[in-house]
Amino acid sequence: MSLLKYESQQREPLINGNKDYHQVTEDIVRPIEMKPSRLWYIGFGISVALLLFGVYSIYREVTYGIGQWNLNKTIGWGWDITNFVWWVGIGHAGTLISAILLLFRQGWRTGVNRAAEAMTIFAVMCAGQFPIWHMGRVWMAFFVLPYPNTRGPLWVNFNSPLLWDVFAISTYFTVSLLFWYSGLLPDFATVRDRAKTKFRKMMYGVAAFGWSGSTKHWQRHESLSLVLAGLSTPLVLSVHTIVSFDFATSVVPGWHTTIFPPYFVAGAIFSGFAMVQTLMIVVRKVLNLQDYITLGHIEAMNKVIVLTGSIVACAYLTELFIAWYGQNTYEMWAFFENRGNLFSPYGWSYYLMMFCNVVSPQLFWSRKLRRNITVTFFMSIIVNIGMWFERFVIIVTSVYRDFLPSSWSTYYSPSIWEIGFYLGTFGLFFTCFFLFGKYFPTIAIAEIKAVLKTSGENYKAKMTDIEKADSEKFYIEEVEHAH
Amino acid sequence: MAGGQKKFVVGCFDDEAVLFPAVKKVRKAGYKIHDVYTPFPVHGLDHAMGLRETSIHTAGFIYAITGTTTAVAFISWIFTKDWPLNIGGKPHFALPAWIPITFELTVLFAAVGMVLTFCYLCNLAPFVKKHVFHPRATDDLFVMAIECTDKTNEAEVQSFLSNAGAIEINIQVAETGWWIGRYDREQKLYKEEVGY
Repeated sequence: MSLLKYESQQREPLINGNKDYHQVTEDIVRPIEMKPSRLWYIGFGISVALLLFGVYSIYREVTYGIGQWNLNKTIGWGWDITNFVWWVGIGHAGTLISAILLLFRQGWRTGVNRAAEAMTIFAVMCAGQFPIWHMGRVWMAFFVLPYPNTRGPLWVNFNSPLLWDVFAISTYFTVSLLFWYSGLLPDFATVRDRAKTKFRKMMYGVAAFGWSGSTKHWQRHESLSLVLAGLSTPLVLSVHTIVSFDFATSVVPGWHTTIFPPYFVAGAIFSGFAMVQTLMIVVRKVLNLQDYITLGHIEAMNKVIVLTGSIVACAYLTELFIAWYGQNTYEMWAFFENRGNLFSPYGWSYYLMMFCNVVSPQLFWSRKLRRNITVTFFMSIIVNIGMWFERFVIIVTSVYRDFLPSSWSTYYSPSIWEIGFYLGTFGLFFTCFFLFGKYFPTIAIAEIKAVLKTSGENYKAKMTDIEKADSEKFYIEEVEHAH
Repeated sequence: MAGGQKKFVVGCFDDEAVLFPAVKKVRKAGYKIHDVYTPFPVHGLDHAMGLRETSIHTAGFIYAITGTTTAVAFISWIFTKDWPLNIGGKPHFALPAWIPITFELTVLFAAVGMVLTFCYLCNLAPFVKKHVFHPRATDDLFVMAIECTDKTNEAEVQSFLSNAGAIEINIQVAETGWWIGRYDREQKLYKEEVGY
């Protein structure tokens, strides 16, 4: 037996069970070739229903105006921008897994990257809805594009963070989609080449772009993936940085903070990983992929959650400290009265956020809890709620009692259409995700095969035996030979 | 070249550990490997086959600087020449405020350009059909196609492949054209290489 690559035996296998290349294909392609279960139809039906409710809510908003949401002059940004930031943040975990972990050569990313990237793309699609429909006169949305027009030409304001956002989000969406799809080509080819029906062969043939698996193509594909990962890494950091600039460049106390960019990026990854956990725990069970998304994967992601959660906690405390240290009346008011005072109108949301994002993730310092699926699932929901409230706290508690007491708005609560719009994006997200789970290879087949012989359980076991028998000989013959 | 036909001896391997020495042997014997089709990227196979490095990343760099230049040139023309806005008396040429958009366009141009280049070079597009030497090449087999010329003794190549460890060997005729690839030109001859 000759080995191509050696991985430490101390590491947990990434692929459990007795697998060979063909078995990997079978396991991952099986859900595509089977008829969807009853559960799938029910889930898909609920998602589509939510989506339609969202469409009707948007219809109300477009027909009757932004007043359909309970926004007012004081609270101009309410649920909609909260939801926008929340969804964009969720997207960030997918890029972190697919790009940053690729650069850091983390083998475990291969099990989850495909679904996480899908999550990114769908989340960014949902996020994009909010600023677009928030424009009110949505038929003028194309005004944000810089093109030679008959109005002067009057250009967009390139100095405005809101325009930076347009470029950031659209670039992020495009690059994520390209990265994801280029990785899908070889896997679509796998589905195509084993298709039993003519229709499936044709559809996946179109989707695979005629991929053949030629060595030269693989060589270019590897190079392309590496460069796209290198580009996506600063891109993902820039996107949430720019989102935070929407707030940080203003002069509103509570927003006017230099800590925002790193704080937003950490929060985005934190919430994104929670969403990946929520989805993965369900996907691995329903599609029977426990061998590929192992407890080791879940633990690794929980480690990221406790790390980024702690960064976020640090940012919360820094904000409070600086508000006190700066002794600026308005800043102090925003932090210690609007937020810190539990009995102020929105004080409860601040403490809810603190509990969900700062206190509860600390459970994950325990290895036992990190590897407990039930705990992880509930924690992932709690973190998602907490991170939604973080954005709500930042947006609403900073503006609802502004400089002029006569314009204070302490009675803001969302209207049914505002909530309906949010639910509608859940519908959009899960409709896409259900279709993805049925028609797409949910795990990167080719990437799993590439790490199978170094990280598969059966191969690792074999290697341990050889190692034990004659470690010196093993080293000379196998390891040195491989280089 | 389209319209002609080419003959290939196709050998299938089920283990990359067997494939590597086989590639070496086949090239040493002077046969011309048309291509090896694998289900996943086998690291080092490109070197073993004598393929040159890809320069797609250089193309990416060129697209990136095109994006940077486009953004800076376009925004500075708009804000200093075409429609200079007076924003609180601040300079029209506000470069620091343009960095985010410049960065985004750099990334956008590089990514889109590279993916299009990749598809162009590999002849990838929807509705493209290529000659499939073995359907399991995207599943669990490593498929080596050796090009035959008039002088090639096919039986000899077949037995050679079988000795090298191929589990399935056959002869296939494919119509020549871009869809069967054109990388044979870049492959260096075995004896020209150093390091073996």
